[in-house]
Amino acid sequence: MNWLEGYRSRELCEALAMEICRLATRPMRFMEVCGGHTRAIRKFGIPSLLPETISLLSGPGCPVCVTGRAFIDQAISLSSQEDTEVCTFGDLIRVNGNHGSLEKARAEGKQIRIVLSSLDAVEHAKRNPEKKIVFLGIGFETTAPGTAAAILKASRDGIGNFSVLSAHKLMPPAMEGIISEGIPIDGYICPGHVSTITGTRMYQPIVENFKIGCVISGFEPLDLMHSILMLIRQVLNDKPKVEIQYARAVKPMGNPEAQRMMYEVFETADEWWRGLGFLKNSGLKPKHKYYEFDARKVFDIPTFKETDPKGCICGEILKGLKTPHQCKLFARTCTPVNPVGACMVSTEGACQTWFNYEGKN
Amino acid sequence: MKEKTDSILLSHGSGGSLMHELVRDVFIKHFDNAILGLENDAAVFKASNSNIAFTTDSFVVDPVFFPGGDIGKLAICGTINDLVAVGAKPYCLSAGFILEEGFPLKELERIVANMATIAKLAGVFIAAGDTKVVEKGKCDKIFINTSGIGVFPEANVPLFSKKTIKPGDQIIINGFLGDHGMAVIAARNELEHAISFQSDCAPLNLLLGELLKVDLGIKFMRDPTRGGLATTLCEICEGLDIGIKIFEDKVPVRASVQGLCDLLGFDPLYVANEGKMLIVAKKGSEQNLLSKLRKNPLGRNAAIIGEVISENKGLVTLQTSIGGTRIVNMLSGEQLPRIC
Ligand code: SF4
Repeated sequence: MNWLEGYRSRELCEALAMEICRLATRPMRFMEVCGGHTRAIRKFGIPSLLPETISLLSGPGCPVCVTGRAFIDQAISLSSQEDTEVCTFGDLIRVNGNHGSLEKARAEGKQIRIVLSSLDAVEHAKRNPEKKIVFLGIGFETTAPGTAAAILKASRDGIGNFSVLSAHKLMPPAMEGIISEGIPIDGYICPGHVSTITGTRMYQPIVENFKIGCVISGFEPLDLMHSILMLIRQVLNDKPKVEIQYARAVKPMGNPEAQRMMYEVFETADEWWRGLGFLKNSGLKPKHKYYEFDARKVFDIPTFKETDPKGCICGEILKGLKTPHQCKLFARTCTPVNPVGACMVSTEGACQTWFNYEGKN
Repeated sequence: MKEKTDSILLSHGSGGSLMHELVRDVFIKHFDNAILGLENDAAVFKASNSNIAFTTDSFVVDPVFFPGGDIGKLAICGTINDLVAVGAKPYCLSAGFILEEGFPLKELERIVANMATIAKLAGVFIAAGDTKVVEKGKCDKIFINTSGIGVFPEANVPLFSKKTIKPGDQIIINGFLGDHGMAVIAARNELEHAISFQSDCAPLNLLLGELLKVDLGIKFMRDPTRGGLATTLCEICEGLDIGIKIFEDKVPVRASVQGLCDLLGFDPLYVANEGKMLIVAKKGSEQNLLSKLRKNPLGRNAAIIGEVISENKGLVTLQTSIGGTRIVNMLSGEQLPRIC
């Protein structure tokens, strides 16, 4: 574990904090668009090391948080169909739809199974040919290639009882969506894992069209402090660009094989984001060629309305307009065990992260 | 108007805030009395002229056998440790078994033999028992309930109370955190051959028995089982006019446990322990206590991990390894179900 300790060195973090304090003489607002970053920032107490001039905002980077309520309703309705079992990543089961959560549906006896990967779901389908297995495809460019791989495997092995209910999303449209709404941000701390797949190219339009710098960051405290410093320097020099801080994992070209797989199976579609609404070409749905693995084609799924729970300000939080403490329900009616909004569900959601690491007031 | 669940969820059993709500809103509400309301690890009350301690616990661990122990060893140690936590000397236990039809007799005997060995080692005897068998599928292999009675041989040692905790008091733990929870998780995921540690499951009267006989400045104790160290610290703070500050780089966690936690997304502060005791000690007594603990194999890696402060009342704060500060909250939801 020694290599990890290096990225958690107190001396180096303190040195970076000093340099940040020296340079950050005017207010700057940076947004992290990855739930993993949100969590690490709060878990290591990074804001307590920064000068007051630097604000860190949590963006729409937690896949669970941005999943709409109607998607949960659809998943529950699928789990109620005869011989059908829904497979999902664990985080999602506590998100409330309009009609309860998958966790509550499971307690009522609906067939819902937690899997660690999309390929586990395919294996499960193979072992249980009498059941129809539906995998809930959520997440960004990081998880979409995995779902694509599962569909390719099912197709290759002729597994006819496997399908995907896709709510996969693409990061850049959301990042552009936020700036287009005029929300003031001086730089993006870009998602490390997403970028290992996509590389740097997808951030270029943000730099060119909106003049906002992008630094792809790792997840250790030293990575994040370093990325903040890189963004500060970009702002002070008035030279926004795409930089890779997380060079030990991210290559400029990303992972071409994963990209190829993703676009072999999926095509872009308009997609609903909690808090941001419908964003053009921001989602992924299976191509017609793979229609037999698209749960929306295989099953007759009722449509549900997209609504926001009363009083929940997740949308404004995901856009960096408000902090969780500004929500009246925070830590009162909305807690991690009884999440009202999606931001409180995942350990990477802004509200849960604040609840866990920033206290209740 | 809290949004309530109307049925029991797995999270209700995980030792975190949902479980606390359940205990308060259902059990204490109906069973209420002055002793139960204190919510201590064991109840302490007067029977004729002397104080006795009484506790009960049920064990439903999955898998039944894991590196460093099994459900039987856990059942004996868990109940002993609850008695030790209130400062009592464990005297006798009861053991109730709920067995699933089809459970191999050989395995049952192995479990019972281990229970006998560990009870003997800890100097307690099994005074009563019960057995029920349920149809296949009606329980998972074997559930064990143990109750225990403890006595206070030294009449003039003060009884522990949260209320005596004051700013300046020191927080001590007797060794590495998270070993039990992660050993069980490793066994559940068939990784037990890949790990280099075992469950810390142990009867802590072997460590603390002698120390409790003399007043060494121990003010309060609690064993951080389900919910881990973080939840236990939050329980201690709750409702008090003090805060607790701990230092991340002083909290002993094995590199291998940290590694497995990182891999699986757990936080060792919330992982269950079965051979650990969190001690709140009077300021000034901590070094003496520490050196006494370290002389015993069950306390060899004991450490002072934090202190009681007058700021941040009711809250646990953590100074992170990089020098930042943040809050530590109770476990919410389900981190490690069914591990003790
Ligand atoms: S605290 Fe709960 S209700 Fe408020 S914004 Fe966050 S998730 Fe929504």
